[in-house]
Amino acid sequence: MSARTLYDKLWDSHVVQQRDDGSALIYIDRHIIHEVTSPQAFEGLRLAGRKPWRVDSILATPDHNVPTTQKERASGVAGIEDPVSLIQVQTLDDNCDAYGIVEFKINDARQGIVHIIGPETGACLPGMTVVCGDSHTATNGALGALAHGIGTSEVEHVLATQCLVSKKMKNMLVEVNGTLGVGVTPKDVILAIIGKIGTAGANGHALEFGGDVFRNMSMEGRMTVCNMAIEAGARAGMVAVDDTTIDYVRGRMFAPKGEDWEKAVASWQDLHSDPGAVFDKVVTLRAEDIEPQVSWGTSPEMVGPVGAKVPDPAAESDPAKRESMVRALEYMGLKAGQPIESIKLDRVFIGSCTNARIEDMRAAAQVVKGRRKADSVKEAMVVPGSGAVKAQAEAEGLDKIFLDAGLEWREPGCSMCLAMNADKLGAGEHCASTSNRNFEGRQGYGGRTHLVSPAMAAAAAIAGHFVDVRDFVEGGQA
Amino acid sequence: MKSFTQVTGLVAPMDRANVDTDMIIPKQFLKSIKRTGFGKNLFDELRYLDEGQPDQDCSHRPLNPNFPLNQRRYQGSTVLLARANFGCGSSREHAPWALEDFGFRCVIAPSFADIFYNNCFKNGLLPVVLPEPVVEKLFQQLYANDGYQLTVDLEAQAVTTPDGEVFTFEVDDFRKHCLLKGLDDIGLTLEQADAIKAYEAKRRQEAPWLFDAVKAETAKR
Repeated sequence: MSARTLYDKLWDSHVVQQRDDGSALIYIDRHIIHEVTSPQAFEGLRLAGRKPWRVDSILATPDHNVPTTQKERASGVAGIEDPVSLIQVQTLDDNCDAYGIVEFKINDARQGIVHIIGPETGACLPGMTVVCGDSHTATNGALGALAHGIGTSEVEHVLATQCLVSKKMKNMLVEVNGTLGVGVTPKDVILAIIGKIGTAGANGHALEFGGDVFRNMSMEGRMTVCNMAIEAGARAGMVAVDDTTIDYVRGRMFAPKGEDWEKAVASWQDLHSDPGAVFDKVVTLRAEDIEPQVSWGTSPEMVGPVGAKVPDPAAESDPAKRESMVRALEYMGLKAGQPIESIKLDRVFIGSCTNARIEDMRAAAQVVKGRRKADSVKEAMVVPGSGAVKAQAEAEGLDKIFLDAGLEWREPGCSMCLAMNADKLGAGEHCASTSNRNFEGRQGYGGRTHLVSPAMAAAAAIAGHFVDVRDFVEGGQA
Repeated sequence: MKSFTQVTGLVAPMDRANVDTDMIIPKQFLKSIKRTGFGKNLFDELRYLDEGQPDQDCSHRPLNPNFPLNQRRYQGSTVLLARANFGCGSSREHAPWALEDFGFRCVIAPSFADIFYNNCFKNGLLPVVLPEPVVEKLFQQLYANDGYQLTVDLEAQAVTTPDGEVFTFEVDDFRKHCLLKGLDDIGLTLEQADAIKAYEAKRRQEAPWLFDAVKAETAKR
């Protein structure tokens, strides 16, 4: 067989039936569901008199709507103050109970953001196809899996048939070689990639991340990178399996055990692109060129190094881009030529499926340790991605570090990444956020989001404005 | 599934690139457990001058007079003319639900985000990709002519302007077939149940760890 990419291999091994027009019936190994995009799918299933094809392929948890304060979480679903959110979370519970689907309910110690608990529990494994009604499902591609978001009709399709009708995407490789500087994190790498190729740069492609930088990156770092593949236009992002992957998966709750483990590891050895495999598109970046990033606009591609200035639309030759920049600066309340470091923050959000794993908590804690949040920052919240992340952070004393620094320590959920619960920005407020989207209104009506790494968000919380975390850590308090 | 064959209708402009699904339907409306009723909140933050709430009567909210869908000449539009990378961001199917509920049957753009494009076909909403210069030309014609209409024919894979100029577009055979007939694609897939079962049996033999673990382990704890 000719040289194949990782994506080619994952695709080939899941084809149930190839069709003449290029589409195929693809088998789905793992289906993760949450409360926002599943109720209409279950309703459709019931109206058609159908049942889930394979209940044991499904794992459910509520995450988008759940409150993150201890007070509101104390009495479970019944304690959710927003009656519309309550109905949605209750509907997920009811559907899971009705069909016998395993669900980590609101106050289960294993509850968390879908894309955090998938890898964390071993529910998502190398070589799998993983879908969820959420575009950040690509996170699981870090395991060497084919993982992508789907709409609600497709959620219903997978529930009913265990398959998707899909057309093979093209192959794209983003290669980053070299050594990342101190203070430059996986979040900065993916933001720099999106800044280079644009939010539509990988449309129609499955995106593999290759090169030294990803080989040397932790699993959690790879998840941060794959998580934002969609922000570059790719439904799926992935990294080849290596020892780092296998060490990560070993011993997790749903991971194979004993003899199965040995067989599984042997079968995962082939989950990489073959030498000479052909990609339709290749983009390369040098690790040494990547600096800590801050987004200044209303699209993730509107991003640059922290030491830069807000760009001038007048210098942009493409009229459509120029117009978008003018609109973005107006919405963000920024002036062309203004130093990024002069942007003052009203709120700080450390969390989301992009950056709410234990390494993210540690990176943020390291920066705020022994310091105090700036008085000008109204609120800085740290929202762990799952019950397990929360427990681990507390065991390491990170919660104390955050609380001592004047930050809030919350219960797990999606929280202010998309502000479906009570955690949101007020109109005009600037937020240093470790989430994935800086769209208009994303974190609250009129809110102004700046995407950054956990360390950069933590440093901004202390300084009250953006600072280069490299100076901050080495040179003491800014 | 809803069918789509042909539509001739008024065209409305959405003249900006990278329109994301948060913009098409903001998150507070995703709390609904229904598939219908999203049309009144389509482009909510652009369309109204205040912050919208779920289950709100929108008839008394202040409208943004500069937003095309609020202007008299675009009332009753069924075709949305848009720019590159339309529908990027979140996978929420509430975006096509909102467009369809508002009355749109077709969106024309130089490119679409993958998940949004896919979601449209499940809801009788036809996404049409035309080359950038053609879309630019249609925008100019639209702005120059009150009551500008286009005819979109899925069978012929063609968009026809009032002057009779025809632009053809590509669409996958299977998607076209399902949309023309309004077929239930789950029903079609279930006709292949034997093939799915055969694949599943083989996979269970080769990789048993992919099966049962979630149920079995959870039952133990």
